[in-house]
Amino acid sequence: MIKELLIKNKSKIVDKWIQSIYNSYPPEASKFLGNRKDRFGNPVGYIIADSAEKIFDEFVNNNNNERIKLLLKEIIKIRAVQDFTPSQAAGFILSLKEVIYKELELEVKSGNYFNEFILIDVGIDNIALMSFDLFMEAREKIFQLRTNEIRSRSMKIID
Amino acid sequence: MSESKLKPEELAGNIKYEPKEKDWLDPSVEFKHGVFNYSGIPKNVEYLQQPNPRKWQPTDKDWQLPENWKQIILEGLRDRLHRFRSLQIFMDICVRCGACADKCHFFLGSGDPKNMPVLRAELLRSVYRNDFTLASKLFGKFSGSRELTVDVIKEWFYYFFQCTQCRRCSVFCPYGIDTAEITLLVRELLNLIGINIDWIITPVANSFRTGNHLGIQPHGFKDSIDFAVDELEQITGIKVDAPINKKGAEILFITPSADYFGTPHYYTLLGYLALFHEIGLDYTWSSYASEGGNFGSFISHDLMKSLNAKIYAEAKRLGVKWILGGECGHMWRVIHQYMDTLNGPADFLEVPVSPVTGTRFENTRSTKMVHICEFTADLIKNNKIKLDKSRNDHRKITFHDSCNPARALGLIEEPRYIIKNVCNNFFEMPENTIKEQTFCCGSGSGLGTDENFEMRMRGGLPRANAVKFVKEKHGVNFLGCICAIDKATLPPLIDYWVGGVDVGGVHELVGNALIMNGEKERTTDLRGEPFSE
Repeated sequence: MIKELLIKNKSKIVDKWIQSIYNSYPPEASKFLGNRKDRFGNPVGYIIADSAEKIFDEFVNNNNNERIKLLLKEIIKIRAVQDFTPSQAAGFILSLKEVIYKELELEVKSGNYFNEFILIDVGIDNIALMSFDLFMEAREKIFQLRTNEIRSRSMKIID
Repeated sequence: MSESKLKPEELAGNIKYEPKEKDWLDPSVEFKHGVFNYSGIPKNVEYLQQPNPRKWQPTDKDWQLPENWKQIILEGLRDRLHRFRSLQIFMDICVRCGACADKCHFFLGSGDPKNMPVLRAELLRSVYRNDFTLASKLFGKFSGSRELTVDVIKEWFYYFFQCTQCRRCSVFCPYGIDTAEITLLVRELLNLIGINIDWIITPVANSFRTGNHLGIQPHGFKDSIDFAVDELEQITGIKVDAPINKKGAEILFITPSADYFGTPHYYTLLGYLALFHEIGLDYTWSSYASEGGNFGSFISHDLMKSLNAKIYAEAKRLGVKWILGGECGHMWRVIHQYMDTLNGPADFLEVPVSPVTGTRFENTRSTKMVHICEFTADLIKNNKIKLDKSRNDHRKITFHDSCNPARALGLIEEPRYIIKNVCNNFFEMPENTIKEQTFCCGSGSGLGTDENFEMRMRGGLPRANAVKFVKEKHGVNFLGCICAIDKATLPPLIDYWVGGVDVGGVHELVGNALIMNGEKERTTDLRGEPFSE
């Protein structure tokens, strides 16, 4: 079963996936983000690592969409205000595929788990679509909050 | 020197300059909407008699700088290096130890290495080295020097308007380098060639013209205060007196103008009014000095001085004995760190003494200005007001140390003492996010505009992250603070990152708990929300 393989290789897979997300930041920052000891001194590094690990667990064990969405939201909200294009902000989930395939290369090549790998593929694509929804949700929230500020300022002038 | 020793250029070549992965000397930046502020409008630049008024925006290719812009900047820097010994020291003394690198909320929230305070300051130091030191002549680019170009100017604008002058990094600097002063002086240099932002220029112009940053005229100011008096009467049944421009009053009260036109600041205003009535304070508001905030301090020490002068001028005109200041942020930094030498000594005033407790505020013997939290804490300590903590039982409160009162004024314990005496549910955020180490709201020093919204969300993330923690752990639903910019900008920040936490002032909580002599039966707090059963 591929699930057992994923659980067995969890720490390697998750660490590499998290590192790949950190690597989307400038090198000086990605080094710092990797130091996750202090969740308040390094909120971005901590939230990415904490949420990514939980997303992986949820995906492998229960695959509950609502739960994954909540976890995903934590990361997307951050990346939606940072210096990323929409695809960079929301697309980090796709690098999980790459990491899994590299880590389980032999199994992939053996062809024994073909159907299960297809399910992983589809599952991660599904999470990527959720990321896109969440990215838009975050952007819309930003626009709404900005509009509220402009409106309240105009109202003060009219008053 | 023996042959085996390295020659200077070889030695320099071996130094691994941090950060090394990317050529940080490359000044190119991209101005994307959402992460920068719009330029000062020409009308108000002219009104303030500041240089080079024109229509321009940071997204323009040509910033229409004066022909001799480079000479102006370099001469301006030379002049300031001579005048301000601190600047010269800040330029020379940094050993790039990195203690500040991960302390800036903008770096933590953005991951942009040029938001590391050390690197942000290097953007200026690199030009300083190039034009003012021998190092660049000996070591060239290896000394970390670079020529001043238009792109460097654009980069300065981008990054020095991504510093809120909160000074968290300075707390960790072993040399005590005050990054806020570096930022102020770079902004001042930029202003010499007409580069500034409108959310500084226009508030400064308004403050000059009408006394407050939104340009509310004296009759509008009076209307606001009168309205608050009526509203307080509806809540408490007591009609309080709120004198304006009263000559011979004992105390002049100065507070940020947002207190009387902004929400949730307004509830703090109701708290002040109730408190002053209850203790029978002989005080006055001023329509001339109707702004505690000093937007001049964000861009020019000259403008800071001119705006700050209004406070003493009004104290003198009205003949008060001393000055009480409200819940404001950078106003207190200006008062505590600069006012005495800018416009003091205020020897026409008396050392403040509380008329209720007799406490002499020796710590303010120089500026003659007392922070309202010191004043109220002293009232509580001396048992001079009656408080019903349970009136804040619907609130689970945490306290955000506003940067300037905490780090510039050292006002750490007084607001906590007050809060603990006016409510039953107080929960601190984690230690490295409060007190001297408090995280900025991300919108101070003129950056709190809607056009800069995404940058504000980045900068405010570390603060919001700690609020989220206490919300999840303790059910916190109220974020107390003592700064007008906090009150204006924390609500959308919290809305984006956390949700379900109201923002308000400490004196709003005081006003809720205060039992006034002759009050009607109170059923709601100052917001009109019912007390918990």
